[in-house]
Amino acid sequence: MININISDSATKLNSLNRRMFILATAKIIILGGIVSRLFFLQVKENKKYLTLSDKNRIREWKLPPIRGEFQDYFGNTIAGNFEAYQLHIIPEEVEDFRYVIYRVKELLELSDKQFKKIVKKKNEIKPWETLIVADNLSWEKFSKINNHLYDLNGVKPVISISRDYPYKENFTHVLGYVSQANENDLLTNENIKEKFVPGLKVGKTGLEKSFEQKLIGSNSVERYEVNAYGRRISQLAFQKGDKGETIKLTIDTKIQELTNELLKEKAGSICVMDIYTGAIIAMHSSPSFDPNSFVFGISQDEWQLIRNNPMKPLVNKSLSGNYSPGSTIKPIVALSALENEIIKPDFTVQCKGHKNPLELYGQTYHCWKKEGHGFVNLREAMKQSCDTYFYEVARRLGVDRLSVTAKKFGLGQKVFKNIFDNEKKGLVPNTEWKKNALGRNWVLGETIITGIGQGFIQTTPIQLCLMTAQIANGGYKIYPKIVANDDNQYADKFTPLYKKSRNIKIVQDAMFSSTNEVRGTSYRSRLDDPKYRFAGKTGTSQVKKITKLDRELDLKTFQIPYEERDHALYVAFGPYKSPRYALSIIIEHGGSGGTVAAPLAKKLFKMIIDRHEIRKNYDNKKYLDI
Amino acid sequence: MYQYRRLNNKNGFFQKFGNLDYILLSCLLILGFISLATMYSTDGGEVLFHTRSHFIKFIVFFSMMLVISFINIKFWFSLGYLSYAVILGMLIWTINFGITASGSKRWIDLYFLNIQPSELMKIFIILCLAKYFHRMKAQHVNSFYSLFFSLIIIFVPMSLVIIQPDLGTSLLIAISGIVVLWFAGLNHKYFFYSCLLSIISLPIIISFLKPYQKLRVLTFLNPDRDPLGAGYQIIQSKIAVGSGGFTGKGFLKGTQSYLEFLPEKHTDFIFTLFSEEFGFIGSVLLLLIYSIIIYRVIRIGALSRSYFAKLFCYSFGTSIFIYVVINMSMVLGLLPIVGSPLPIMSYGGSSMLATMIGFGIVMSAKTHSQQSIA
Repeated sequence: MININISDSATKLNSLNRRMFILATAKIIILGGIVSRLFFLQVKENKKYLTLSDKNRIREWKLPPIRGEFQDYFGNTIAGNFEAYQLHIIPEEVEDFRYVIYRVKELLELSDKQFKKIVKKKNEIKPWETLIVADNLSWEKFSKINNHLYDLNGVKPVISISRDYPYKENFTHVLGYVSQANENDLLTNENIKEKFVPGLKVGKTGLEKSFEQKLIGSNSVERYEVNAYGRRISQLAFQKGDKGETIKLTIDTKIQELTNELLKEKAGSICVMDIYTGAIIAMHSSPSFDPNSFVFGISQDEWQLIRNNPMKPLVNKSLSGNYSPGSTIKPIVALSALENEIIKPDFTVQCKGHKNPLELYGQTYHCWKKEGHGFVNLREAMKQSCDTYFYEVARRLGVDRLSVTAKKFGLGQKVFKNIFDNEKKGLVPNTEWKKNALGRNWVLGETIITGIGQGFIQTTPIQLCLMTAQIANGGYKIYPKIVANDDNQYADKFTPLYKKSRNIKIVQDAMFSSTNEVRGTSYRSRLDDPKYRFAGKTGTSQVKKITKLDRELDLKTFQIPYEERDHALYVAFGPYKSPRYALSIIIEHGGSGGTVAAPLAKKLFKMIIDRHEIRKNYDNKKYLDI
Repeated sequence: MYQYRRLNNKNGFFQKFGNLDYILLSCLLILGFISLATMYSTDGGEVLFHTRSHFIKFIVFFSMMLVISFINIKFWFSLGYLSYAVILGMLIWTINFGITASGSKRWIDLYFLNIQPSELMKIFIILCLAKYFHRMKAQHVNSFYSLFFSLIIIFVPMSLVIIQPDLGTSLLIAISGIVVLWFAGLNHKYFFYSCLLSIISLPIIISFLKPYQKLRVLTFLNPDRDPLGAGYQIIQSKIAVGSGGFTGKGFLKGTQSYLEFLPEKHTDFIFTLFSEEFGFIGSVLLLLIYSIIIYRVIRIGALSRSYFAKLFCYSFGTSIFIYVVINMSMVLGLLPIVGSPLPIMSYGGSSMLATMIGFGIVMSAKTHSQQSIA
């Protein structure tokens, strides 16, 4: 077949070659396009993609930060960190998970419920994530596990840092407690959100909560290279975080422990304050509870027990307990009357006792004493806590003038600004307040009962303590503080709260008589040694109105149902010669202040004044404050 | 004398040996070496299954290509229709008795190896059409009759592959066929009108696509639509290529692939890994090697005496070019993701076999460049 049509073949070849040429040109253009795309991605946009690639492969793991500690005035740790013995398992590293977990169950004597919880948790996490089998093992169990490690392949005994409150219930209401951070904590606190890692423990109440920012510290960061599935391939860097700040308090642990002991089995509060620096020496609310139980999550039973206790252990009574001050308000009533020149110290009223009550404006007002006190002047009325006298003084003084003095001395407002979020303001009523709040006019009878600290007036124990401290220091304004190096300088610190300093002296003297002279309401609780001698004022605040029947029955405290018994109060300062400390004591439903609250002050002052030397020496050695 | 030589092209073995295109051969060897190195890197710097298997396949198929080179081009011409029919039979076999993997039936079990007939079809459709047009007179090329038959030749295997389903390969088969039609001298207006028609009917075609294919198109238009789902491949691929930079991260140091962010890194996305490790320079170099190979293939066609050899070489060279371009454009985010391997570089026996058969026939055209085919 040689006779191929040459011209036909040539046409075909021509067309073929022409088209090849066209396509070759197109190919070069397309190749150019691909090269320019490569150039765009790899050279021009390189930085962007390099960052994306690093973002892909580098992941950071935050470790829980180490929480700062709390120390008492003498540097003892009152909230610290301890090494918790934990047991971790990484499921993927265990050959036979079932065997190992049953073996662990056996060794740790886990209950079926706990065991089920662990297995459930295991199914929720990825196989290379850490499963925490136990978060706080006893040393015995921990060493038992360590001894059996040979047949527990993949089980890791780990020592981790956790919160510890060595003084248990002693500082609960001051410090609060920490527990696992929940959603609410993350929402309200940016800092927690930023530092959050699973298992992070944050302050829930008290100072632990208010000083969260300082205490929390910063996370250590481990930087790992990870693969597409999030598995760690290699560690690239480790950045050590800082421990949170150590916060030093003004509290003396010894005195704090004594307050706890004195309030055992009782519901109430004790506050002790330095009358010049405002430093809180002790502040306790009873009953308390062990904050350690909250660190690893409290059991339901234990929680119900605390929550349902009628003495309300969860309430910090020192700060959020609103009480009628009872007779402990009398120094302020007297002072206010003297300052406003309503009375002179020798102003005398006849008290006929509650057999012959005072009748004013159609109401009867009773003195606590059946037989009455006879003719009493200011000093005598304060000493014996004569109600009739103060009814008359209050009537002449008026509630508005009284409220000015009371507020000046710290009643009706928060003592610690914003440090404690559960602190209550209390209430100092006046005519304007009643009009605004209740929409009714003030009735004179209300002024009269306000004169003995009943009615609308509400105070917290810490306010009473501050009031007493400011009377004791000669009438100068102080700002209570609980953190030792709280350097807040207030311009009006130490400004006089009185018009005539003589009036303060008169009130101080009247309080002295109440404790140290015969017929004084707290005479039996006095300390005779001049070194320890203190001055105080008792108070018994009614929880319910005393009926005629009650008066006739004249029941003893233990014969009255618990909820209806009077609150016993006592405020005092000492040593009388040169006052340095003030305190307030409240025993809920304790009965009379003179018999229940005042005796505690006797024991307290003994220790407070003994400890003063130590405190002073410690100051001089460490630093010169004040 | 010349006439004699031309008509009695009875070259000896050594003559044929001397006529081999050594530039093409060495480029193929270099490419093979690069692909092995890249495969070694995908295995995480160890000689594992993929590397070993790829190595064996490359050696076996490369040798096979050499054997093919020594067989007269006439033989391949005569095999044109038969081989097409055999592969068509295999495709039908695949549909009935194929091995199902990840949702599609693509492979048939030949006991000693699993073969993907659709990959072979990419080459043999060129062979078949080249033979078809070789015999045709120039004035008949644009006749209805020839057009009809050539379209049948393209559509039958294409539809057989589409129902596997394997859209990518069926498109590549069609493109290979159309390339031959183009070279055979089909009137430009046909291409123009069919282009227009397909653009107009694009919305209708899209409505016939399977949901995952629609998703791929949408993802191509906006990869950030679903960065962890449909857009994941293309985003990670772009990150890998982009982070490679000018000189690359270094051999075995491609973090994207080493840390398993790259999908399909052995097969369709092998260029991504290469580009991440060797950077812009390496990628351009690889493109250069491909360009040389394609240039040599076309040159062999230009130097061939027979129309069949020319048509085959041109079409094969152009097809290889299109495969490379489609694969790279896909990896670089210029085209939607369709399954298309990078010739020789990608892991896969059938693709390698088909490519090597193609190069073998090209090489045979070179060694028998003076052979005329009636």
